[in-house]
Amino acid sequence: MTGLTKTGAVGEPVPTGTEASAFLDIRDLKVHFPTDDGLVKSVDGLSFQLEKGRTLGIVGESGSGKSVTSLAVMGLHTAGQYGKRRRAQLSGEIWLNGQELLSAEPDAVRRLRGREMSMIFQDPLSALHPYYKIGYQIVEAYRVHHDVDKKTARKRAIEMLDRVGIPQPDKRVDDYPHQFSGGMRQRAMIAMALVNNPELLIADEPTTALDVTVQAQILDLIRDLQKEFGSAVVIITHDLGVVAELADDILVMYGGRCVEKGSAEQIFEQPQHPYTWGLLGSMPRIDREATDRLTPVKGSPPSLINVPAGCAFHPRCPYADVPADNASRTVRPELREVGSGGVAGGGHFVACHMGQEDRERIYAEEIAPKL
Amino acid sequence: MPETKADKVTDAAAGSVADGGVPTTDPAPVGRLRKKPAAGTEPLLRVSGLAKHFPIRKGLLQRQVGAVQAVDGIDFEVLPGETLGVVGESGCGKSTMGRLITRLLEPTAGTVEFQGRDITHLSTGRMRPLRRDVQMIFQDPYSSLNPRHTVGTIVGAPFKLQNVTPEGGVKRAVQGILERVGLNPEHYNRYPHEFSGGQRQRIGIARALALQPKLIVADEPVSALDVSIQAQVVNLLDDLQQEFGLTYVIIAHDLSVVRHVSDRIAVMYLGKVVELADRDSLYRAPLHPYTKALMSAVPVPDTKRRQQRERILLKGDVPSPIAPPAGCRFHTRCWKATEVCRTKEPPLLELKPGQRTACWHPENAPDQAPDDKK
Amino acid sequence: MFAYFIRRLLAAVMLLFVVSAITYAIFFVLPRLAGSTPDQLAAQYIGKSPDAKTIEAVKKNLGLDDPVYVQYWDFIRGIFAGREFNFGPDPSQCDAPCLGYSFRKHVEVWPEMLDRLPVTASLAIGAAVLWLISGVTTGVISALRPGSVFDRAAMGIALAGVSLPMFFTGTVALALFTFHWEIFPNEYTPLTENPVRWFQGLMLPWFSLAFLYSALYARLTRAGMLETMGEDYIRTARAKGLKEPVVITRHGLRSALTPIVTIFGMDFALLLGGAVITETVFSFDGVGSWAVQSINENDLPPILGVTLFAAFFIVMCNLVVDFVYAAIDPRVRVS
Repeated sequence: MTGLTKTGAVGEPVPTGTEASAFLDIRDLKVHFPTDDGLVKSVDGLSFQLEKGRTLGIVGESGSGKSVTSLAVMGLHTAGQYGKRRRAQLSGEIWLNGQELLSAEPDAVRRLRGREMSMIFQDPLSALHPYYKIGYQIVEAYRVHHDVDKKTARKRAIEMLDRVGIPQPDKRVDDYPHQFSGGMRQRAMIAMALVNNPELLIADEPTTALDVTVQAQILDLIRDLQKEFGSAVVIITHDLGVVAELADDILVMYGGRCVEKGSAEQIFEQPQHPYTWGLLGSMPRIDREATDRLTPVKGSPPSLINVPAGCAFHPRCPYADVPADNASRTVRPELREVGSGGVAGGGHFVACHMGQEDRERIYAEEIAPKL
Repeated sequence: MPETKADKVTDAAAGSVADGGVPTTDPAPVGRLRKKPAAGTEPLLRVSGLAKHFPIRKGLLQRQVGAVQAVDGIDFEVLPGETLGVVGESGCGKSTMGRLITRLLEPTAGTVEFQGRDITHLSTGRMRPLRRDVQMIFQDPYSSLNPRHTVGTIVGAPFKLQNVTPEGGVKRAVQGILERVGLNPEHYNRYPHEFSGGQRQRIGIARALALQPKLIVADEPVSALDVSIQAQVVNLLDDLQQEFGLTYVIIAHDLSVVRHVSDRIAVMYLGKVVELADRDSLYRAPLHPYTKALMSAVPVPDTKRRQQRERILLKGDVPSPIAPPAGCRFHTRCWKATEVCRTKEPPLLELKPGQRTACWHPENAPDQAPDDKK
Repeated sequence: MFAYFIRRLLAAVMLLFVVSAITYAIFFVLPRLAGSTPDQLAAQYIGKSPDAKTIEAVKKNLGLDDPVYVQYWDFIRGIFAGREFNFGPDPSQCDAPCLGYSFRKHVEVWPEMLDRLPVTASLAIGAAVLWLISGVTTGVISALRPGSVFDRAAMGIALAGVSLPMFFTGTVALALFTFHWEIFPNEYTPLTENPVRWFQGLMLPWFSLAFLYSALYARLTRAGMLETMGEDYIRTARAKGLKEPVVITRHGLRSALTPIVTIFGMDFALLLGGAVITETVFSFDGVGSWAVQSINENDLPPILGVTLFAAFFIVMCNLVVDFVYAAIDPRVRVS
């Protein structure tokens, strides 16, 4: 446990079976979906920790398992699933505030949803029920967890709409979702998610469906609210720019596993994993002069049914031959802490067979100049 | 650095010349060499006063009660071999504009000239030969390909439609194009659903490329793709332009992508072009406050910049294009708006060489209405 | 909302007008176009042995020598203000709504229909309640447990229900429950006379009809629920911590029911206009079997009356559906 700093959100994997050491502590989470084509291993052994007051950004492309992870924390893979055939298979541990969720009674987890942990989604138009007034939907969220009359709940709803910056909240509370603009809908979603003062907020691509100028407003709002409420925030996105704006810590996912995690500074200034390099090289940057060419990652994301053996990234990795003994293709790399100046302890982890010297040399010589 | 198309069309070699023939003091281009067609080059595409209003009908008699002013009077031209990027938020009319210049929509007003010829009101039959020269790439690689046709049929369709028999037969030509866009030519007989998103977009590009068009209009060509795949497609478009001397109009909402691919950029807001400038001037010193706000809103993947950056947070959302604000359409969200902005529409003026903007109180340029008070 | 109401109402009135004109044209204009003289036309209204005097009387009563628009106008005026028929022994005042006069039977159409309406209405309303409850419930349970034993059994039975025609199901039910086991009587007793007998007599037709329709509704509900329960807003409802029954009913079922409402309006209206086959199979003297009887006897006025009457119910039920739709889905009201 030497690598675990007090404030660090992402730490060394803790062995399962022991008490939680962080506010949100996920250990060896696996989420598999049986399908006719085979077992889809959407998340395959993911561990991370998050303290209150911190923001964790989970970055990855479609199919990397980032959204599946968030739904697993919320217990939404099992809620409402009656038939055995399509059921997701979950294993591992999810500790929230000292309580393990995967082994808890479904109804106990339901009582936590919306109160201790809540979530906002990518497309606020489809995430809000088209037939109910905005106010009603917020009131409903409040009254599940608070035994108050409708009037009190409505007052609370107006208060929340006001807090998230909806003009004339006492009037707009009676509007239907289709009468709101895209940005206002997402604000209303945030109001609904925060109405019970949850300690954990999960935002799954909260700005992907929004325009740039509205995205900036929403990111600002999330940042302000987090400061105000001191909750733990997980922000899930494919956009490295969004995590750079918000996140204290970053976790990069690929093929259902974490390939690199560390503080935002570590990930952006000393990225260690070739996939992280690929993501950074793929992004055109508005803040720098246009470079000659982008340096994309070759190939396509892996199949989650037949995940490549060894390192899942090796078929797309230009440096797959650097590690000795063909390790990239045969042995699955574990997360190891990156030493700084020969000493481990910075809370920066990477799952790569390359030695640290090789990685740092390649980054300095080949990657950094092109970014 | 491969020889670019621009070198072939430009005689004014060394000192780059911007629109209007005024020599600029640009520093040597960083990285990729940008093409600067000479002044006086005949534009490939010229659009003037282009407008498209979608009527809103109501009631039993379907009377017209208003119109969505999707595009409301825009002018620009596209020079051969260059890439014009068109950016703007949802509802700004950029996609409608793309459909107007490819004549997939009938304009309400204005003209579209292609190679000096007015094509605004050509009939479908007389448009057909022109369809060889103007092609479109769509955003969604899932819905824009017919799922019942093989890749070979999809990419070969333009040959059939135009009654063109390429040398060596259609199949061979199609396989050549497939290979060129990075697909396996042996996949000729596969169906779209067997391909990933990125590969489908390559199929779309191959189809557009089949008849070697002069102009390609791409509507959000990469926005449905994953980050790592986006970069592959952006690079592919770049290579194809160099190789075939293509001219692009690329429509996108992502300013970073537009910056990367474009030579010149048009910024649209509520059916109007508010700024039209060459890329480097636009990003270095935007004239229109909206451009500035738009650029400052883009999240940057750099933690160091998080604190330093000057950010302009615009209030509210884009107003409805059914009843756009009077005067300057941006005045409701603009921090510099004064009385004149609310009443008089600013004209699109060339305030700096190669940089046109429609604003009474531009950034980085002399104020157009200095006496006006808030 | 009010403007929407008025607009739909006006549209419904217009539609009724058009339907009445077309129906009238089929009965009175088409035969003329096909070459029938007014005398031939009038003869059709009488029966087997028309004599010149009765033909003349029918012609006069229907105004068959008048121009078509005058005839139509008389017909419409009859519906709203009543008209007089001088035929047979004594002249009769046909009060509004006058849908015509059967010259063969010397009766007015409307009162005859009104007598038979309770039979048809009892049949339609009872069956509708039954099939709505059973169909929707089955559909919801099936959708929540797709692929389960219940789902497969229910959908198998539903397939049978949709495929088996009424004259098969009804006849088999009659044979078994009435004639073999003698559980249910097969006769219609008015509700006002003896509610218990009324209920017992209607059990078989209700269940036979409901079997047919609930099969269809179960499949529709299942498909709707499967789609709705996959919507993002259902995930949001669960993320709020709502209990699953609330999620299913308040958030899921309400959306899934919208297409059901449309189809129900249509089906119910069609039944009210005459459950032709059911009434025939169970020998009920309802509107539908009366129409069949009139067709067999070539008695035109009742056929015309029933057609208009059915059209009226369909248009009205559609109007109600529109309003229910607006009440369910706020987006409808705006557009």
